[in-house]
Amino acid sequence: MPTVQTKEGILEDQIMNTVNWARAQFALTAMYHWIFVPLTLGLAFLVAFFESIYVKTGNEEWKKLTKFWMTLFGINFAIGVATGIILEFQFGTNWSNYSWIVGDIFGAPLAIEGIFAFFLEATFFAVMFFGWHKVSKGFHLFSTWMVAIGSNLSAVWILVANGWMQYPVGMAFNPDKARFEMQNFWEVALSPVAVHKFTHTTSSAFLLASLFVVGISSLFLLQKRHQKMAKRSMVVAAVFGFIASTFVALTGDEAAFNVARHQPMKLAAMEGLYVGAEKAPIVAMGIVNSAKKPGDDQPAFIQEVKIPGLLSLLANRDANSFVPGIDDLVFGNSGRNIIGAEQRMVTGKIAVAALARYKEAKAKGDMAAATAALAVFDQHKGDLGYGYLKSPVQSVPPVSTTFYSFHIMVVLGTMFPLIFMLVLYFIFKGTIESQRWLNLACFASIFLGYVAQQSGWVVAEVGRQPWAIQGMLPVGVASTNIAASNVQTTFFIFLTLFTALLVAEISIMVKQIKIGPEA
Amino acid sequence: MIGNLDYSILQQLWWLICSVVGSLFLFLTFVQGGQTLIFTTATTEEEKSLIINAMGRKWELTFTTLVLFGGALFAAFPLFYATSFGGAYWVWMLILFTFILQAVSYEYRKKPDNFLGARTYEIFMFINGSVGILLIGAAVGTFFTGSRFSLNLYNSVIWGTPYHGLEAAFNLFNLSFGLFLVFLARVLGAMYIVNHVDYDPLVKRARKATLINLLWALPFLLIILFKIVTMDGYAVDPATGTVLVEKGKYLHNLLGMPVVLALLLGGLISVVYGVIATAFLGKNCGIWFGGVGTVLVGLAIFSLAGYSNTAFYPSMTDLQSSLTIYNASSSKYTLTVMSYVAIAVPFVLGYVAYVWKLMNAKKLTLAELTSEDSNEMY
Ligand code: HDD
Ligand code: HEM
Ligand code: HEM
Repeated sequence: MPTVQTKEGILEDQIMNTVNWARAQFALTAMYHWIFVPLTLGLAFLVAFFESIYVKTGNEEWKKLTKFWMTLFGINFAIGVATGIILEFQFGTNWSNYSWIVGDIFGAPLAIEGIFAFFLEATFFAVMFFGWHKVSKGFHLFSTWMVAIGSNLSAVWILVANGWMQYPVGMAFNPDKARFEMQNFWEVALSPVAVHKFTHTTSSAFLLASLFVVGISSLFLLQKRHQKMAKRSMVVAAVFGFIASTFVALTGDEAAFNVARHQPMKLAAMEGLYVGAEKAPIVAMGIVNSAKKPGDDQPAFIQEVKIPGLLSLLANRDANSFVPGIDDLVFGNSGRNIIGAEQRMVTGKIAVAALARYKEAKAKGDMAAATAALAVFDQHKGDLGYGYLKSPVQSVPPVSTTFYSFHIMVVLGTMFPLIFMLVLYFIFKGTIESQRWLNLACFASIFLGYVAQQSGWVVAEVGRQPWAIQGMLPVGVASTNIAASNVQTTFFIFLTLFTALLVAEISIMVKQIKIGPEA
Repeated sequence: MIGNLDYSILQQLWWLICSVVGSLFLFLTFVQGGQTLIFTTATTEEEKSLIINAMGRKWELTFTTLVLFGGALFAAFPLFYATSFGGAYWVWMLILFTFILQAVSYEYRKKPDNFLGARTYEIFMFINGSVGILLIGAAVGTFFTGSRFSLNLYNSVIWGTPYHGLEAAFNLFNLSFGLFLVFLARVLGAMYIVNHVDYDPLVKRARKATLINLLWALPFLLIILFKIVTMDGYAVDPATGTVLVEKGKYLHNLLGMPVVLALLLGGLISVVYGVIATAFLGKNCGIWFGGVGTVLVGLAIFSLAGYSNTAFYPSMTDLQSSLTIYNASSSKYTLTVMSYVAIAVPFVLGYVAYVWKLMNAKKLTLAELTSEDSNEMY
């Protein structure tokens, strides 16, 4: 594993500096990507629904409506693609060691995504936009569905990759190559974490796109424009959104259950739980005490409202069960058979040293020493990643960021289904256009949907720190050997570029919405 | 079946697959070529729009092929991915910036309230077609000229220059390679316009443009060919894996692999014929000769770099750090899994070709740009 012994002799904190800029840059590009992707994923299906109704009824108004939402889809799609290519290549440019150490496993899903998903999108996208008079109605509809399916297939594979980082399975370390190698493809592809990632993210994307359509339709109602089309769009989107939002809650619960199994530290951070407990509570509302450190006896919250037992229920499906806290995971808890990061670091350091001895002995051709070192390594390799930590407290992710993001997501997640229910109720009563407050709330919810989306990823990614690969590879070892100033420069270029393009995107969208479906 | 293949066969197979994807990308850069023609070959706003709309229905395909090229290299040769992208940081970053610009330009150029103005998006397209392709060429050139890097015991890359890849663009061979690709893309772009656009004044100028750009490409091609047959190469001893400099290595490769020589010559002849057919014989099918020719030339270039015990990513500073298709590849298991996946590629090519045929059945006309769907046009 690449330690810090570079020829250039870069100092350790300079390396951390590079790492932090690389993280900032990755977070920036991922979060920008994630502004556009969920809308693509969901709106593609909504457009396909609208067009299916058009083809079934032959009603030209549905065609207009389809085209209107399709235009918005296209504007959003373009910038989604632009941000996506950066992410893909950024693994190489900014996480070069990572790309080597886990490329044997991580590269495959990215390539599969290209073959199975991106080409579907790219090919049928052109038909969807320019094929109205070139292909039959049926083939056009087929193309629209292919774009929807293709987009969602791209979600599958990248989420398999991301799921594997959270819960690395199906692989083994090869000391000669100094990398992890794949042993079982199906274990990687069907890991429970990959499954919940996929179900939860896609359903949340459907939810977001439904909020988008409902919200913009509400705006039309408020402005008393395009009322018929707005109501039509609303019915379809509210039904889709309501169904999606129940799935979001169910799969969110599944996600938490898996996090408890495979990333207990993340779960503890999500709830700010320092001392493990039976009947562990969920903090319904709370203000995190930022002075709190693991192991001290300060309170974790300045103010809190608790619901007892709920965390145990969420984590283990048993309200009386024990949920380990941050302190247990850092310092160990022998009563509960929990080995803490502190102890794991000891084992991990033995593994790191043995690996170094092995590599050196092999380079010198001293086979006896190499074999001996390898035996020691094999015994301790389970905690390899911990060997690179400087102190056990480093294994704790930023608690307040994780906590707040998680709670924002859950609160919004409980609110959205109610909104869809109200919309459906008033549509069936026939009075939706006079519900000013509800329409305003729907419009505002577009923004809240994005907030929930971003928060979700912050929980998932910040909560996984300091690991690039959970338990195996800390971020500090994953980055490229490059002076921080380079990464800093590209960070600001990306920031400027993406922000300018985002402004352009929003401005174009707003204009198209002003023009409306009946133009 | 695939499971029983030898590791080294799998490695060679994957070099071939990556080469095919890379070569297809080179063909599809006709889109980038077209993007640069808007300032030289189009004389009116309408002609510009025709070019942009002709290219606009294919840009995603080119883009996705580039993405797949990256993905395939990552999956099959992760050490190359890690070394080149992490080391030659700035070259790749600049390439990426130009592709970000491209991705939004088609969609946003003509839309009202687009913040930057149509002209800016056109310049974005031009940058992508010129700077982007030039740098891709320079990066591919380093397959032959090598780079200054070394790998430590843990295969972690240390780059030997503070320019992180930009130095590649200042080497005559790499620069020629880049410029050759830029002009080749323009030749292909012009051929595609001839093939797909129905508007005589533009088509006439595009026919001429194929010839002019071929002539521009020629000196760079000659430099490349001359250099390739005379330059030293990096040979690997298959028994020990030791890398050593061999005089005239690529000439030996060419002579030792007659198929590659045939690909190269056949490809070049095909491109030239495509230009003759377009510029002098009044034919519209030049793009197919140009396209097939480009793919063949691409395959020849990649084969020269990777096969016949050659280091495809040589290190000039630490010979033994050089990458070969054997030491840079994924594990046998991963290559096997990926080979099963690759069975889908012909199927993908199949539907891409089918849709292409459907969409290109009618030529693009001015009437289409002003039809009822005009607000969906680029
Ligand atoms: C509209 C967006 C949205 C909404 C309303 C919710 N989620 Fe969510 N959540 C996401 C959007 C999202 C996401 C952006 O899609 C994430 C980020 C990573 C992932 O896999 O999905 C996510 C991650 C995520 C994680 C972390 C998973 C991991 O680290 O692997 C958990 C535990 C939950 N969610 C749980 C919930 C619960 C219990 C919700 C209550 C109803 C909820 N989410 C609503
Ligand atoms: C599914 C694909 C994704 C993968 C494979 C992935 C992978 C990564 C990697 C490699 C890093 C940098 C290393 C690290 O700091 O741990 C990172 C950081 C981060 N990612 Fe993701 N990411 C994905 C999606 C997302 C999305 C969609 C978002 C947000 C909307 C996101 C938000 C973040 C954030 C906020 C960080 C910074 C965390 C920190 O350093 O504290 N990620 N992710
Ligand atoms: C770090 C992780 C990620 C990488 C490397 C990545 C890579 C890419 C690339 C290269 C593209 C452009 C594809 C093209 O040529 O058409 C793209 C677009 C796309 N990606 Fe990502 N992506 C990441 C995260 C995600 C996630 C988490 C999802 C979904 C769950 C996702 C879904 C999509 C979709 C639907 C598109 C289509 C374009 C659009 O949405 O506007 N991506 N991505």
